Amino acid sequence: MELGYQFVQSGQFPASNLHETLSLAGWTTAGVFLLLQYKFGLKILGVYAAPLITFAMLIAARLPDVSRETRNLLNNFWLITHVVAIFIGEAALALACGAGLLYLLQEHAIKSKHRGFFFKRLPSLELLDHTGYACIVTGFTMLTFGLITGLIYAKSVWGRFWSWDPKEVWSGITWLLYAALLHQRLTFGWRGRRAAIMAIIGFAVILFTFLGVNFLLKGHHGEFTRM
Amino acid sequence: MGSKLDIVLLGLNHKTAPVALRECLAISKDETSIALKAFQELPSVREVMLFSTCNRVEVLMVVQDKMNSVDAVKLFLSGLKHLPVSEFERSLYIYEGDDAVRHVFRVAASLDSMVVGEPQILGQIKEAYHMATTTKTSGVLLNKLLHRTFFVAKRVRTETGIGDNAVSISYAAVELGRKIFGTFEGKKVLLIGAGEMAELAVEHLIRNRAGDILVANRTFETGVDLAMKFKGQAIRFDEIEDALKQVDIIISSTGSPDYVVTRNHVKGIARQRHNRPLFFIDIAVPRDIDPEINRLSNSYVYDIDDLQGIVDENVEDRNKEAIKGERIVDEAVLSFRHWYESLEVIPTIVELRKKVEEIAKGELEKTLHAVKHLSADDLNAISRMTEAMVNKILHDPTMLLKSSGRHEDKSVYLDVTRKMFKLDE
Repeated sequence: MELGYQFVQSGQFPASNLHETLSLAGWTTAGVFLLLQYKFGLKILGVYAAPLITFAMLIAARLPDVSRETRNLLNNFWLITHVVAIFIGEAALALACGAGLLYLLQEHAIKSKHRGFFFKRLPSLELLDHTGYACIVTGFTMLTFGLITGLIYAKSVWGRFWSWDPKEVWSGITWLLYAALLHQRLTFGWRGRRAAIMAIIGFAVILFTFLGVNFLLKGHHGEFTRM
Repeated sequence: MGSKLDIVLLGLNHKTAPVALRECLAISKDETSIALKAFQELPSVREVMLFSTCNRVEVLMVVQDKMNSVDAVKLFLSGLKHLPVSEFERSLYIYEGDDAVRHVFRVAASLDSMVVGEPQILGQIKEAYHMATTTKTSGVLLNKLLHRTFFVAKRVRTETGIGDNAVSISYAAVELGRKIFGTFEGKKVLLIGAGEMAELAVEHLIRNRAGDILVANRTFETGVDLAMKFKGQAIRFDEIEDALKQVDIIISSTGSPDYVVTRNHVKGIARQRHNRPLFFIDIAVPRDIDPEINRLSNSYVYDIDDLQGIVDENVEDRNKEAIKGERIVDEAVLSFRHWYESLEVIPTIVELRKKVEEIAKGELEKTLHAVKHLSADDLNAISRMTEAMVNKILHDPTMLLKSSGRHEDKSVYLDVTRKMFKLDE
């Protein structure tokens, strides 16, 4: 609601400061989670998604929502597509990480033969693995799409596709990581525990690319997370 | 009518009688109908039903004279089974009233079973009740009681977790598999060796729509026979290693002193299997499956102790749930007593009215006999007046008896009324 309102009010896509970016991340995660639940009926993933989304929203709510002077920079078709695709992709990958965590918990319960709190409540390993895989495929597709649109946009604005901006570099690393994961799965049947761990590592890298790079390294993506 | 009816239950179960005695007293279907008819002949028995399972023999009766009926039933059982009463008398429990009702509820809800929550008992009671209705030995009270019983049993089952979680080794294995595979559809099963528990597990899997069944046995012919039974395929013992490449669930139960499947067997094939999960159920002692396999990724090994551990845990859970079940039963016993007591009131009211009407009628006749000069209209008026007086006098006591006050009060009032008007003579 608030995002839509801002979008209309400022005529600008709501990803221009950290407040908006985080809210947008929260909302897309919630949306992808709902889609996923509709498809797999995996309600339990909510124990992961809900805190994640709440956390993002809480931080967003605490941050000042300073509106900036309208800049045409953010009203380009390629750019909006770029941002939307990346956000959806990252939301899906966030959920893949969640599915991976639940997988590890459940696998531990089964392997150690000490069936604790989670054993009864968590679904089967197979379902968690499938969900994680589906999330990664979706996430990876969206990420690829987002990167391509990003490249096109960069070409149209700065005249070159790639400028070795730290965010670009890290996005590239993330993309390669997931590409490797998918490749292993398709050719060698990488699944289960190793796939779950990779999904978690992958998401950690995404978090770093999403936030870490902007705070620690400089670059032209910086202002989207400026407070 | 007049004297009070009692619900009485006598029986023995796995807690009070050893299996040898239960075997001796177990009553077959044919014997049940003979017994029901014989019990019905007893003058003090109004309604009766009988049920016998491998864990219990119970006779549920509505009687007029408790001691007489109980003795008669004991004698009959003794005669039927050629066993002196003294042999089984000490194992018998006899409940009456609320206790009998509670016992029936508990048995049907599987709170009194050897394995708490096992579902068969309700079906067995339904069958016994059906038998009683077809031989026409059940009446108003038993009908009501049994319908309540079915209701209570269903409530306990749906509102508590008493039937959740596997409490047999083979079923526990299947439940575990469900946590790994989600569904067994299309999953291939390899049975190594033979044995009751292992075969039961395979049957559970087939019922859950498992895919192909492979059977490996040291004696190939035995394997072929077993494979026929499961509509599967027999393989030779030395083909096991090869079969591991395609199966998902391995159930092993051989007499082999060494591991039949070792870590190296499994390690080598993981890649060919595309890392699809492998679930080993090892029911053999000594073990058939190298426990080290459990450390390989996507392989899970459960031996008989692990499974027994799950079963023990689940039994514990069921016992916890049983406490909730007892509460539902207590409620139901109370509500049945209310119904039962309301039933008791009606004969008393009828008798009371009859007595007062008789007095009025007698006195009216006596008086009219002496007074001869009255016209027909006068006679009518006087008799109407007497009727009205009877009604008015009886109105308040009737209302008091019928009112659904606290049950202690009700039985006191009932008792006082019967004594006051000498209804029991």
